[in-house]
Amino acid sequence: MQYDSIAQQLDNLIRGTYSSVELTRHYLDRIKQHAQLNCYISVLEESALEAAQQADQARAAGNAGPLTGVPIAHKDIFCTQGVKTTAGSQMLYNYDAPFDATVVSRLATAGAVTIGKTNMDEFAMGSSNETSYYGAVLNPWDTTRVPGGSSGGSAAAVAAGLCSAATGTDTGGSIRQPAAHCGITGIKPTYGRISRWGMIAFASSLDQAGPMTRTAEDAALLLGVMAGEDPLDSTCLAADVPNYVESLNKPLDGLKIGICEDFFAEGLEAGSEQVIRESLRVFEDLGATISSVRLPHIEYSIPAYYVIAPAEASANLSRYDGVRFGYRCKEPTDLADLFKRSRSEGFGDEVKRRIMVGAFTLSTGYYDAYYRQAQQIRRLIKDDFQAAFAEVDILLGPTAPQPAFSLGEKTGDQVAMYLQDIYTIAGNLAGLPAMSIPAGFSSDLPVGLQLIGNYLDEASILAAAHQFQQRTDWHQRVPASMAAEN
Amino acid sequence: MEWETVIGLEIHVQLRTQSKIFSGSSIAFGAAPNIQASAVDLGLPGVLPVVNQAVYPKAIAFGLGIGADISLVSAFDRKNYFYPDLPKGYQITQMDKPIVLGGSVEIPLDDGSVKTIQITRAHLEEDAGKSLHEEFIDSTGIDLNRAGTPLLEIVSEPDMRSAKEVVSYARYIHQLVTYLGVSDGNMAEGSLRCDANVSLRPVGSSELGTRTETKNVNSFRFLERAINFEVVRQKEVLESGGRVEQETRLYDPDRDETRPMRSKETAMDYRYFPEPDLLPIVIDEAFIAEVKKNMPELPREKAERFQSDYELSNVDAKVLASEPMLADYFETVAATCSDPKLAANWVRVELLGRLNKDSIETSDIPVSSEQFGLLLLRINDQTISGKIAKDVLDALWKTEADSVDDYIDANNLKQVSDSGALEPLIDKIIADNPKQVEQYREGKTKVLGFFVGQVMKETSGKANPKQVNELVRKKLS
Amino acid sequence: MKITDKVVKNIAELTQLRFTEDELAEIGASMTETLELVEQMQQVDTAGVEPMSNPLDATQPLRPDVVTEGDNRAIYQRIAPETQDGLYLVPKVIE
Repeated sequence: MQYDSIAQQLDNLIRGTYSSVELTRHYLDRIKQHAQLNCYISVLEESALEAAQQADQARAAGNAGPLTGVPIAHKDIFCTQGVKTTAGSQMLYNYDAPFDATVVSRLATAGAVTIGKTNMDEFAMGSSNETSYYGAVLNPWDTTRVPGGSSGGSAAAVAAGLCSAATGTDTGGSIRQPAAHCGITGIKPTYGRISRWGMIAFASSLDQAGPMTRTAEDAALLLGVMAGEDPLDSTCLAADVPNYVESLNKPLDGLKIGICEDFFAEGLEAGSEQVIRESLRVFEDLGATISSVRLPHIEYSIPAYYVIAPAEASANLSRYDGVRFGYRCKEPTDLADLFKRSRSEGFGDEVKRRIMVGAFTLSTGYYDAYYRQAQQIRRLIKDDFQAAFAEVDILLGPTAPQPAFSLGEKTGDQVAMYLQDIYTIAGNLAGLPAMSIPAGFSSDLPVGLQLIGNYLDEASILAAAHQFQQRTDWHQRVPASMAAEN
Repeated sequence: MEWETVIGLEIHVQLRTQSKIFSGSSIAFGAAPNIQASAVDLGLPGVLPVVNQAVYPKAIAFGLGIGADISLVSAFDRKNYFYPDLPKGYQITQMDKPIVLGGSVEIPLDDGSVKTIQITRAHLEEDAGKSLHEEFIDSTGIDLNRAGTPLLEIVSEPDMRSAKEVVSYARYIHQLVTYLGVSDGNMAEGSLRCDANVSLRPVGSSELGTRTETKNVNSFRFLERAINFEVVRQKEVLESGGRVEQETRLYDPDRDETRPMRSKETAMDYRYFPEPDLLPIVIDEAFIAEVKKNMPELPREKAERFQSDYELSNVDAKVLASEPMLADYFETVAATCSDPKLAANWVRVELLGRLNKDSIETSDIPVSSEQFGLLLLRINDQTISGKIAKDVLDALWKTEADSVDDYIDANNLKQVSDSGALEPLIDKIIADNPKQVEQYREGKTKVLGFFVGQVMKETSGKANPKQVNELVRKKLS
Repeated sequence: MKITDKVVKNIAELTQLRFTEDELAEIGASMTETLELVEQMQQVDTAGVEPMSNPLDATQPLRPDVVTEGDNRAIYQRIAPETQDGLYLVPKVIE
């Protein structure tokens, strides 16, 4: 049952094949069995079983919501009231959040059972989950490899059958890239679709939450619950949230798909390229037409991103000063010592590096050349996409330049690590909805196909993904070691 | 060398709202520490700001009040620095696109003239919390109740040349924001705090000298003292061949001095950038018109009306209209005595003179405007002379009396206009001073004043001077 | 652009981070590497392009001026490192 989609699980819960308590206990057992994957920072055994019991009662009483009894995990970047929320950092090793993130409360209101908090790169800064203070997460497909990051714990947990689905956040690819590496489905909706209230900030103008699931249908279901206006987040859109599930089967006949050839330039691993090119045929079979589009400024995505994201992060991370919450150094001698030592001891190296770069690009004399220039390029990238969407409905391409790499392989090579997000970052800069779905394998490792839609048009990429999944079974493949179990 | 003092002022005005600028916490003064500090105010991980809709009309009203441009698109920025009472490590403020740009005010000076002070900008921002250094021996206590209180920071051009001008300007702004309902103006509670940028330059030079910024002065008296101290200090530094350090200083009222702030020694680089948690705020002309519709009459509009309705001089009108409370006071006086010109003269000279001398705020004038008006009415209906009126005003001022008429009666001050009573007295004085009579008849008509003076003296000033004048002239001719 | 120790020290002061001498060189090299990575951005002619600070060309919604927050001090100070009499404590600050 661990690999049933949420749609199937809901069906089973309704029919009484199993209860939420049974399902939840099953996942809790599996989490213990597979503790070496290190997917979770906190497992909420007691409260999860309690919530599952209530879910079963609610269902019996006829008060079931759209997700009643479904055990999901939250990336540990979402605040959960009274529960440790660490953002993968020592800085928050003792931080019991005093309130729920909007994402958390919406999913809870819909009936979901929170089973635990998943591991992640520290403050979401990483592409391999190796910067977590709580240790690396192992990829269930090959435990010598990384699951991707920063939502690595969520991706691995879904792939290993340790929850029905998980939440993630995506600042430069942090939902899509680990989804690709772990062979699952993940969507980063339009910037502003989902409230950021209670989601610990990395780079505010790029951060966006989204669901990580086994199928596009599940993603549609969860997105519908998570999305929508929130008076607590000024940047959250007031736009109506369509019924994503209903439009999943809208025929793809006549769908115009654009391919950006820049995405197939050198750097894309051959096996991955083959998978992506083959997946295009599936869409053609479904009636879509494929054409080439140009995004002239796409090559500047990485530079713009590695200015904007650290700059915003440098300010967002100033609140961690050891005064009101979180890590505080032992016996500070004076105020400067309190600030400097709490921050230097509490943050990991990658976080410190990005704070430093970010602060530098904002400093006097450099602002125009770096920050302002990056923000201008950001607009050019947005304009490129708008021009492309005047001609096509969705864009397709790879999610990552190669499948999951080995643990430690890139930890010493900062730039190589940064380049992992080369195909995903533009979606964040422009704020467009984008998702990754399993599209095949290269050297026995999952390869993700990226779909990018126009603003607020999550429905089109979800429908394309869903119908692709009706024709293929890549999303149903599970790691051999996991499949051996029941 | 002769030095010219150049001063620009930054005034932080707390806005009169119910809740904070970015959260739903109360901004009521005097609450127990940190009970009005919400998750947003504390800068807890995952919180986001949402702008209070009440702050915009207030900032716009101020902008209209100083004849400024109102930005149709304004935006917030982050100003980054570390301080324990700045919870997020940055202050949300408006750097690039402030809501109010330009404008000016005309302030009354002691010599009776008015001076125009240009205002550079006014922008919205959040207040910081308070650091309490005296409560504990080894620690500083942080109270974040004030963090997030909406502020309007009003930045002037360096147009002021003395501490007195600065105080006049600050008073003007204080009155204006109070009058417009932008702020409660409660200085004791920190609703208006000033940072003074002071520099000196040789007289005749057009270049600005190095300035110091004296921060957080929250009374007009301290503002004047702090600036005067700074002027003397900088002059000593410059005249002994030294250089003024560009630095932030604090005024210590106990020692009546300014000194460099140790905690902000390191060179600041605030790394401003657009606040990504907030979107630009876009307003239209209709919104501005709505704010304008709900505004009371502005000082500049008042001054124009005073000139046209009351036929006051330009300067009289501007001085009286400069402070809304003063303007209201003047209008009541004018209505009560039905003589706007007399009212204008007395309010400007007698009232302002006394306020100035005794350092009394316009809000605390000890004589009601009705009684002041009645006093002038008693001059005009010849009950008392102008000279006696000043004595009556003094008595009222010292609150020895609260009714003009009662005081006149009780002290028998009614002027004597009865020629039957005055004539014998005048005859006697003429008889007693033959020498002066002779001088007068020889053509030294100035001696007339001597006789009138004698009569006034004999009557303790109660005689109607105009009538005495006529009677003496008649009897001497 | 090459980041010197002096620049690293200055930025560390601004961001209230502390590095050992060894770390200084390492962080400087890492910053240099990142700045080289972003350097190609300078080739782009952006004259006249309005900087984009937010993907949405949306405008700010406003909040009614109503007090919605009560006294949650006990809850918030439960997670605080050091408090006394309702105040957060830091080592004595001398202004």
